[in-house]
Amino acid sequence: MQVDVDTPPPVEEQQLRFDRMIADEVRIEPRDWMPEGYRRTLIRQIAQHAHSEIIGMQPEGNWITRAPSLRRKAILMAKVQDEAGHGLYLYSAAETLGVDREELLDLLHQGKQKYSSIFNYPTLTWADMGAIGWLVDGAAIMNQVPLCRCSYGPYGRAMVRICKEESFHQRQGFEILHTLSHGTPAQKAMAQDAVDRFWWPSLMMFGPPDSASTHSAQSTAWGIKRFGNDELRQRFVDMTVPQADVLGLRIPDPDLRWDEATGHYAFGAIDWDELDRIIRGDGPCNAQRMERRRTAHEEGAWVRDSADAYARKHAAAATTTSDAA
Amino acid sequence: MSTPTTSRPQRPTAPADPLVAYLVGLGDDALILAQRLGEWITRAPQIEEDIALGNIALDLLGQARVLLSHAGEVEGAGRDEDALAYLRDEREFRNVCLVEIPNGDFAVTMARQLVFSAYQYELWTALRNSTEPLLADLAAKAVKEVTYHRDHATQWVLRLGDGTDEGHRRMQAGLDRVWPYVAELFAADDVAAQLPGVAVDPPSLLAPWTAYVEDVVARATLTVPTPTWHSRGGRRGLHTEHLGHLLPEMQHLHRAHPGARW
Ligand SMILES: [Fe+2]
Ligand SMILES: [Fe+2]
Repeated sequence: MQVDVDTPPPVEEQQLRFDRMIADEVRIEPRDWMPEGYRRTLIRQIAQHAHSEIIGMQPEGNWITRAPSLRRKAILMAKVQDEAGHGLYLYSAAETLGVDREELLDLLHQGKQKYSSIFNYPTLTWADMGAIGWLVDGAAIMNQVPLCRCSYGPYGRAMVRICKEESFHQRQGFEILHTLSHGTPAQKAMAQDAVDRFWWPSLMMFGPPDSASTHSAQSTAWGIKRFGNDELRQRFVDMTVPQADVLGLRIPDPDLRWDEATGHYAFGAIDWDELDRIIRGDGPCNAQRMERRRTAHEEGAWVRDSADAYARKHAAAATTTSDAA
Repeated sequence: MSTPTTSRPQRPTAPADPLVAYLVGLGDDALILAQRLGEWITRAPQIEEDIALGNIALDLLGQARVLLSHAGEVEGAGRDEDALAYLRDEREFRNVCLVEIPNGDFAVTMARQLVFSAYQYELWTALRNSTEPLLADLAAKAVKEVTYHRDHATQWVLRLGDGTDEGHRRMQAGLDRVWPYVAELFAADDVAAQLPGVAVDPPSLLAPWTAYVEDVVARATLTVPTPTWHSRGGRRGLHTEHLGHLLPEMQHLHRAHPGARW
């Protein structure tokens, strides 16, 4: 049979091939045909994830200059740097879908793409570095480990790399809290206060209940999403409660109890109004986080422009890249 | 660490042991610059620079920790890296003034990075032959780190100086801003003079530093500034007013919980 390289097979045939790949759990790669909805969903999700890594640098960056020991300062700096690296892997993964980082950053700066609401809470004490590592990175891992098997190859591979580092972060956060909790009474109180403030927002990181989640069904069919929000949230609670016992810290939920019948911890009602409010922009740090991001970008414009101009001038000379790192 | 009845000396003096003073001086340079570079994280012109500045800050922090820890051991008074970093006041810090000045815009920071990393490159290259084994070992590792720092700063000075008009103007202003702090790096130092074979005589670093830096400045189509005033005295605890703002931010949490472990 003669193959005409200029005419792609009809869409129906491409769709069938795509569906078969999804059904057989064969990874979709950038050069494969994919339905427009799949591409758009992935761009939205990967961009939101990348933005979360970048905005997520701020609450922890807030304590780099004030870390209480040089060892902790080094660990925190390395952690925030890891998050920047995660952002870069993810923007690269998104770029394989035909958008570029600059466009995605513009959408973030214009408020047209979102980032995880957890980063709109302030980091008020050093113990928040522990609570964020333990709870926020912990919840992120729970959400992200299934994404390592995402049907889209570049996203799945980025997640494998990211998840390894996130589990480091979680252990470091646990260790910060453990040290505080076994330190002076003031340090222990600081640790408990941080857990009190970050517990409920961490549970919200899994998203609204499945009954109210808009994107879940299609994402599941496409092999992007593997588990429901409620299931992941429950797993997180089941994993975390025994760790709180080891830390000697209390989970701020009077309804929390072990349920023999289900084999899970039962927990109290989540204040979804609070999440809605923050998603609408009415959280304690939404404006501050966006302002910092926009300011860094705008104040860096002349630097990027000058680097571009230099690169054009010296295009014939040795390659010059801005990421000497 | 001190009882309330022991009053502080009126005028903090340099550590009696010249080796301790020397290690503390080099350690403070690295620590204070790491602190300044840490301020950039989340504010850099692009994400790659958040990472690069973080890398450089981490290298410097690593150098500071080795130097201050060893200073504490040689001193033998029970002070560890944290006691030295968090429990000294500004008159006891021995860093050169260059590292404590505010970051300014990206061009000021890159000008400071060029000056300092080129200085540290010559310093650590020479200290590989130090008769003090710890310094020689640290130097072997630090030379590699600083080679990257110097290259990073060089690339940026070229891109800004020889890029757009605004880049050029700002990069020249950056050089002008930091050049008054250059001479202090190469001033004769009586502490180093007491440590022949161990320490490096700062004036001996000036010629190779000048050759490297002037070449970069020329290639960037910029002019080497000729400042009318010069900083001096950082190694004797005489600092700019800026250090008195940097230290409280760095130290307050540690000091608020005396004796606590972190
Ligand atoms: Fe991350
Ligand atoms: Fe993380």
